[in-house]
This record gives sequence, structure tokens and C-alpha cells, in this order.
Amino acid sequence: MRRVVVTGLGLVTPLGADVETTWANILAGKSGAGPITKFDASDQKCRIACEVKPADHDYGFDANKRVDHKVQRQVDPFIVFGIDAAGQAIEDAGLTDMDEETRLMAGCSIGSGIGGLPGIESESLVLAEKGPSRVSPHFVHGRLINLISGQVSIKYGLMGPNHAVVTACSTGAHSIGDAARMIKDGDANIMLAGGAESTICPIGIAGFAQARALSTNFNDDPTKASRPYDQARDGFVMGEGAGVVVLEEYEHAKARGAKIYCEVIGYGLSGDAYHVTAPHPEGSGAYRSMAMALRKAGVEPKDIDYINAHGTSTPLGDELELGAVRRLFGDAIADVSMSSTKSAIGHLLGGAGAVESIFCILALRDQIVPPTLNLDNPSESCQGVDLVPHTAKKREVRAVLNNSFGFGGTNASLVMRKID
Amino acid sequence: MSDTADRVKKIVVEHLGVEADKVTEEASFIDDLGADSLDIVELVMAFEEEFGVEIPDDAAEKISTVSDAIKYIEENKG
Repeated sequence: MRRVVVTGLGLVTPLGADVETTWANILAGKSGAGPITKFDASDQKCRIACEVKPADHDYGFDANKRVDHKVQRQVDPFIVFGIDAAGQAIEDAGLTDMDEETRLMAGCSIGSGIGGLPGIESESLVLAEKGPSRVSPHFVHGRLINLISGQVSIKYGLMGPNHAVVTACSTGAHSIGDAARMIKDGDANIMLAGGAESTICPIGIAGFAQARALSTNFNDDPTKASRPYDQARDGFVMGEGAGVVVLEEYEHAKARGAKIYCEVIGYGLSGDAYHVTAPHPEGSGAYRSMAMALRKAGVEPKDIDYINAHGTSTPLGDELELGAVRRLFGDAIADVSMSSTKSAIGHLLGGAGAVESIFCILALRDQIVPPTLNLDNPSESCQGVDLVPHTAKKREVRAVLNNSFGFGGTNASLVMRKID
Repeated sequence: MSDTADRVKKIVVEHLGVEADKVTEEASFIDDLGADSLDIVELVMAFEEEFGVEIPDDAAEKISTVSDAIKYIEENKG
């Protein structure tokens, strides 16, 4: 049977433009939240977000590093973030000089939850104000979700599967799971897999706020707003950025002497079949997704040491997910650590599952689990579970579980462990 | 160098992300400056905005070098 390992990582987040900076800031308990600076948000109910910082910031993002000037002008920021994260992952994996034979079996599965919303918004205004003849010829392919995979494949000459998942906030996890299957099935030996998002724009913030999904009680204290499991939580804080991993067939990675982070051993997916935005009241979809991932991985709950929760800081979702974990894990819940890194970087929507999978991989690498910030007063139902409040925790991490759930009632779970 | 030529070159540099010294009047957008057909559509739109001229599709199709653009604009601007 073909096994799938992770050999490269790339991150663009509100806490750093690369993997190590982001991880160091996460472990240090920093928050990426602040007032919205990308546009005048003074008339919005929610005026805060976790923005990727500008190039002149301590841990800001410089698009010029890996993305051509012309491409930057033509595409939405989620594509720019995605291209950069993919480039980081390729460099980390030592795959910058692939020969043609290798590239024929190398592909992309990098998705997004929403795609180019800022560009759709601004170009719609151009259409309304100046007419159709002023709409950019790059409008369509600069906004399409599969254009990270498209751009990355063109830039690096990757001729294998070219795929892009769109499953709202579970996109990043589904992207990795689907890509791992493509490698298992022999469609590819190498896959760039992950997700990206950048929807901090007036219609993006207004839309989620109208759906009552965003935090609105902490506009004057942004770093306190994302507080999964805490009694005062009142919605998520929008983040942006990208996470991309290099997945590789195990023998292929071994043969070229690649650095191997871990193995992807389980992938579960399910549908709630319940409501477009609200999670199933018994968390049944989340339960079945996790159960499938564990079954496919051939592990028991007691083998899992860390869960990176979906935990968005919404009143309903956090406790339903925790309830599902509790039922699945039984007594093993006493020994697992479960945290939500959305407390630090906000909710990266389609990028979340990929970015958080990378945090899981780094937890395996460094034997440390990242904290849940702002967890001052856990909700009643969250008692008795180690939610890693406030500070990172050194502990044994043998295997990890990552959960991502999305609008439409879509769920994905991934299990990864250190290679023997 | 005329004012029109300066402004045309500035737009080309900005849109195509090329070095200013590569944007000579003889330079072909596609062969020398790395543009594709959609980039030319975008450049033509930018020229129309900048100079307040209308460049119909059949005229735009004949613009392949920097000097073609400068010449068309010089002859047609109000």
C-alpha cells in the first residue's frame, strides 16, 4: 500500500509570513487580531480582524518575494498568499529543481472557501460606475478558486492532478485529505495541498456579520475577541492567509533523502444534512467525521495526544464539537490536549484546515501543543478537558487529529503521526 | 521625448512589471515585454482612461509596439 508523508510546509498568517515565525508567535501566545486597516470599517458591526501584516511590519508579508509583479496586479490576495505558501513548501521540501519525469507526477490541490471576494466587490463597482468596457480582462481568472492550483502549476511546471476543493471552512482539510488519496491511488507522487483565504473586505465582513457569525462585542479590545470555549465568546474573528503542505509518497520521499515531518494516516469526511450555517445539535457530523478518520488510521482515541479543534469561538459550535469529541473519546478524553489556534490567528475560513494541520505537524515535530488564548472562564460543558488555556504546553505528542467544519454542514478530519 | 510617450511608458512599466529601460519605442508588447493578449486588452483600457481616447477593438488589434500606442494616442486624443 502506498503511504503518504509530509515533506514540506508553507504558511502565510496574521502572525507571520513563514512557518517558523508563525509557530514561534503561536507558542508565545501572541494574537494577530487588531482593528481592520484594509478599509474604513467604521460603519460595520464588526470592526476587527486578523489581517496579514504589511511588508514593513516585524512579521509582515512581502508579496514580491515569490509572486511576479504582473500576477500580483491581476489576482486577488488569496491567490497571492497561496502562491507564496506553495513556494515556501516546495523550497522546504527541496523540490525547487524537479525534472520533467518528477513534475509529470506532481500536482496541486489548493482550494479556498470563498475565493476572490474583494475583487468581485471592487470590479462590480467598476461595472456599475463606469460600464462593462472598464471591467478588467483579468477579472474572472484573477478571482477563481482553482487559480492558486493553476498559478502554482504554471510557475513550477507541475503536470499532475490539478484540483481545488471548495467546502467553506473545511476546504483546507479536505484539500489535504483528497490529495493524500490521489497519492495513495497512484495519480501522483507529490501533491501541493492546502487552502487560502482573503475576504477582509466590506462585503465579506458585512455578510458574515449579518449571518451573526462574527464577534461584535470586542471591537475596542480586538485581541480578546477570539475566545473559543470561553463563556464570553460571541462569534469568530475573520483571519486571512494560506497554508500549503507538500505531500509525498513515502518511498519516493525516502529515495531522494527528503526530510519527513510525519505521515498522513487517516482522513474522515461527512455531511450534517441539517442546516446551512448551524451545526447539527448533537454534533453527529463532527462525530462521524472524526470516527472515520480514526478508523481509517487504524488508531484508537487513546493514541491521539493532540486535537486541533475547529473551535471558532461561536456560541454553538465550540461546545457541540467538544461534546462529539467527548462521546468518541470516552475515558481517553482525560489524556488528550485539545486547543483552538483560531484564538490567535482568527478563522482563516478555507485556509483554516491547512494552516491548522501545519500546527498539528509542528506539534508532532516539537512535542509541544499550542494554547487556546483568552480562555478565562470555560463554559460549563468544557470542564474536565485540557483545552491548553493561555500558554503552550510541552507534552508527548504521538498522533494528532485536526477537525474542520464548514457552512453547508461539511466536515473533515485528518489524523497524522510521526513516522516509525 | 513627448509627454504622451512618457505617460504611455509609465503605464506599460506599471502594468507589465518590466524595467523602464526595456520599454523602448520599438519594443513589442508580446515579443519583448512578456505581455499576452489579455495584458494588451488591459493596457488599451489603461490608455483610454489616461488619455480620454476611445480605442476600438479593430484599432487595438493593430497596436503591437510601444510606438504604435503612442502614435495612435497622439493622432486621436481630443
